[in-house]
Amino acid sequence: MRLSPEERSLLLGLAGELRAQLEGESRDPSLRRLFPPAYDDQDDERAYRELAGDELLSGRRQALELLAATARSDRLSADEADAWLRALNDLRLVLGTRLDVQEDMLIDRPKSPEHALYIYLSWLQEQLVAALAPTESEPDGG
Amino acid sequence: MTTTLAPVEVEQPREVEDVEQDRPWIVIVWNDPINLMSYVTLVFQKLFGYSLAKATKLMLQVHNEGKAVVSGGTREKAEHDVARLHAHGLWATMRQDA
Repeated sequence: MRLSPEERSLLLGLAGELRAQLEGESRDPSLRRLFPPAYDDQDDERAYRELAGDELLSGRRQALELLAATARSDRLSADEADAWLRALNDLRLVLGTRLDVQEDMLIDRPKSPEHALYIYLSWLQEQLVAALAPTESEPDGG
Repeated sequence: MTTTLAPVEVEQPREVEDVEQDRPWIVIVWNDPINLMSYVTLVFQKLFGYSLAKATKLMLQVHNEGKAVVSGGTREKAEHDVARLHAHGLWATMRQDA
């Protein structure tokens, strides 16, 4: 990962911030985007939350922690890169929900510092996806 | 349409109930303006082992048509798949196939 010290500090701060928000009692509405419903039916949905909710929350926390712990690393293991991918996506989901982004906002000029940050995180995730995308030389069943 | 074979299928209620429980569940991913197209494709490859071609086709269906059925099976399998998609931030829901 060729990132400047400033970028690494930024990511470290953002990961810590979201992790703290996930711990907190007061749930920012934009955090709800991280926990979409599985079912239309309310009883089914409640059962799904009881079954999967804790694991989904702890998985998000762990990914953010791993991103923070490896924010200054030059090389990432496969597990670490996967955590970065999920943590970056969660940061984008929360920020994008807060900004009420539309599909074309990645090619627009930044309208605010938050919008610029959203564009930066999207660019970074695009790089990571390109690095992690499986090559087609490995045949699979799909 | 014909009406010649009227007196059949008297035991239907019970069969319908059995069929109801056996009907497969489908997992639907909905379009959203935040998840990157490349990321969604990668998630489909990673979670379901789909080829790049199949994952890309499903991603484009989500993008262009608003949603796509990405997997399915028993209720347990569908719920497992939905939870994995949720862990990756995709907007996934499940319902019994019509």
